[in-house]
Amino acid sequence: MSLLLEARHVTAGYVLEGTGPIETRPTIQAVADVSLELQEGDVLGIAGESGCGKSTLATILAGVVRPPLRVTAGEVWIAGQEVPLEGPAGAPSKGRQSADLLGRVVAMLPQGAMNALNPTLGVQDFVYDVLRSHIPEITRQEAVERAKERMERLGLPPRVLGAYPHQLSGGMKQRVVAVVSTLLNPDVLVADEPTSALDVTSQRMLLALLLNFLEQRIIRGIVFITHELPLLRYIARRVAVMYAGQLVEVGPTDRVLFTPSHPYTQALMHATIVLEKGTRRQRIKTVGGAPPELVTPPPGCRFHPRCPVAMPICSQAVPPTVPVGERHEAACWYVAGDPSGEAGAAGHAAQ
Amino acid sequence: MVAGVVLFAVVGPMIVGREPGEIVSMPFDPPSRYALLGTDNFGRDELTQLMYGARTSQLIGVIAGVIALLIGTVVGTVTGYHGGNTDEILMGITNVFITIPSFVVLILLSIALRSRSVLVMGLVIGITSWPWTARAVRAQASSLRAREHVDVARLSGASGLSIIARDIIPYMLSYLAMAFTLQLSSAVLTEASLSMLGLGPTNTVSLGVLLQWALLWEAVRLGNWWTFLPPAFLLALIAFSLQLLNASLDEMYNPRLRRRGAAK
Amino acid sequence: MPHSDSVLIETRHLTRTFGQGARQVRAVDDVSLCLRRGEIASVVGESGSGKSTLARLLLRLLQPTAGQILFEGVDVTGKSSLRELRQYWRKVQAVFQDPFSSFNQFLTVRKLLERVLGLETPSLDPEAREARVRWALEQVALNPDAILGKLSHEMSGGERQRVMIARALVVRPLVLVADEPTTMVDASSRASILNLLLDLRDEFGMTILFITHDVSLATYVSDTLFVMQHGRLVESGPVEKITESPEHPYTRQLFADAFSMSERG
Repeated sequence: MSLLLEARHVTAGYVLEGTGPIETRPTIQAVADVSLELQEGDVLGIAGESGCGKSTLATILAGVVRPPLRVTAGEVWIAGQEVPLEGPAGAPSKGRQSADLLGRVVAMLPQGAMNALNPTLGVQDFVYDVLRSHIPEITRQEAVERAKERMERLGLPPRVLGAYPHQLSGGMKQRVVAVVSTLLNPDVLVADEPTSALDVTSQRMLLALLLNFLEQRIIRGIVFITHELPLLRYIARRVAVMYAGQLVEVGPTDRVLFTPSHPYTQALMHATIVLEKGTRRQRIKTVGGAPPELVTPPPGCRFHPRCPVAMPICSQAVPPTVPVGERHEAACWYVAGDPSGEAGAAGHAAQ
Repeated sequence: MVAGVVLFAVVGPMIVGREPGEIVSMPFDPPSRYALLGTDNFGRDELTQLMYGARTSQLIGVIAGVIALLIGTVVGTVTGYHGGNTDEILMGITNVFITIPSFVVLILLSIALRSRSVLVMGLVIGITSWPWTARAVRAQASSLRAREHVDVARLSGASGLSIIARDIIPYMLSYLAMAFTLQLSSAVLTEASLSMLGLGPTNTVSLGVLLQWALLWEAVRLGNWWTFLPPAFLLALIAFSLQLLNASLDEMYNPRLRRRGAAK
Repeated sequence: MPHSDSVLIETRHLTRTFGQGARQVRAVDDVSLCLRRGEIASVVGESGSGKSTLARLLLRLLQPTAGQILFEGVDVTGKSSLRELRQYWRKVQAVFQDPFSSFNQFLTVRKLLERVLGLETPSLDPEAREARVRWALEQVALNPDAILGKLSHEMSGGERQRVMIARALVVRPLVLVADEPTTMVDASSRASILNLLLDLRDEFGMTILFITHDVSLATYVSDTLFVMQHGRLVESGPVEKITESPEHPYTRQLFADAFSMSERG
């Protein structure tokens, strides 16, 4: 399997308003030293609660870095190309470059994308607009043809092209946006909570569509971001868990979800409410407290104030990434110190 | 810019220190060192006239604006919030007021009263221009009524009055500020047109009155540009600066309109 | 979870239509159900199924087009005076889906909570009021001293929703109507809010109507399930029975579509 997308030690933050040079202004440290890999043909899920930095990471992976977001370290490579991560000082030509990148190499499907559809434009006009921005010479007819052909190939009704957004259901709109954003066959699709405003049936249809993209080689890989763990089981082969901007665990989906090593992942798993026989009479345990604010985040491991197995070193130094299984790693001092890290931490957190 | 005009009107007379009624030199002198903007038909200093005139015009504008805003807001909010029969009745009254042109009222009043003061002018303009605000506010109030926090307020047992005061009006404040600047701008221009028709404030100078005199004394034909150009220019300036203020207020309150990178 | 069999709220052929003529929509169509004292009942259905309209009808924020609503055996369907509505709201309160838009951004937590105390007759003295407000915040696991002075934008989404629940609790209602209270809250915070609802039932015998589109949440938290589709009540009954053997095809579909942890794509 070849490496499709790679992020190396990405650190980024939102610079707050103030006087003085950019480097010295207070910053919301949204992403801290995150490294990820996406293999060809795979779906990588990124999980975590709101505020953990996953959406910020998504925009960085898609190369859409705009002030006040500023990437202070790290690189992102997609299909052998480096994604430009410069923000404020970018020259106009750089802007053109990222616009070119966006849509051709990497496409983004943001949250509530369906709400971005202009209500006064028909779907066809939307398709034409999108294609025209990448292929200036394309005619309206060609654009609609392409879209039609793509929709048929995916089993979606082409009549949708002739409609206006308000005539379509939420689920259908989201699928339409997904299809249009991948019309140019980008290498990677970054989907940020694409199912959040949809009911279950529509969610399923959207996920099936995304998997269909992969199967038909329309795209080569997906980065899927969500806070709903059951979805990941359905769509992702590997999962990366984030907390307060730090990557805490990454590994094969089943291992991370069913035998999590990091105390935070364990807590997240325990707090998930799902439809299973026998879960009804058991109360779900939750972790007290709330994620930290990120202008002055906790030193060391950012989860240590809420962690049931926190040790002194956790507040002093950022934990190393330790292997806990095959292609499965966690960033935790407790796990690092304990040779059977999984069992120990699991035992503690389950009280 | 608005601040500049206001400053001019308020501070100006204090600097120059001349009475507007003072006769300074020969009538219709062109601008000279002695009288910066020349003199008018009576020989009075134009510049002083201009300053006092601007002050009056703005004062009338403010009075009218405040009155229009108050009446318009109250009517608009009540009718927008309650809807139904209240809406019908109040909108009926509003429509009646729309049809009353201010000059008719002023003519009638000038028959009744011996002189028209600044206050009366402001009042009349205010009373005849509030319907515009009422309608705009009504639309806002009506859409705010459907918001969730209003439902929560009702569930909390709040009375209609309490809801209007705490849940509807605060959410309209930015809108009301903009409505006020627009009312102000239109009131100043209305005053000017009324004055030019001869219905301006008696015994006081306003920009419109200056223009009226310019007209009466055939300034255009005689080429005495300094008697009518400055007041006209100042009027345009006031109106324009208020419109700009409105646009920036809009930008301030509506983050989506903000120009990229503009620090606010 | 003991609950007596006495019926607290009952609807008979409740209907609400919007619009006229050809474009008329029956948001709630001939719904007859019973809510028993001390139970948690869920209304499940996709968006557009009429569940939120049903909630507003039961809260008397909306008038029905046809049918009846009975509260404690008394018909409360018709338009009423503000006084009578206030008496109703002393006993029936609500929490809504969006904690941001339901919280007046100009009010502090204290003002929001104290406003509800206007429903109490006879009105409480200042000490009792303060005690109630603090009690309500403690029920939702918020520190009164830390949060009373805050404005809406100074809190997180989860905290805001808890404050809205506290607002409903201040008058110690008999019924809490929760309209998608966790939809806009993170998956990780959902559990704590649902546990709170369970606590309210267990400790105070509160009757809760929980409205959601997520059938897994509904089965976790409720005793009785009502399934709505296109405004109609298509299935209802004890949650265990429906989970074991759903009868209506729509119910079956809802359960089938729900994401569980035991399946893979």
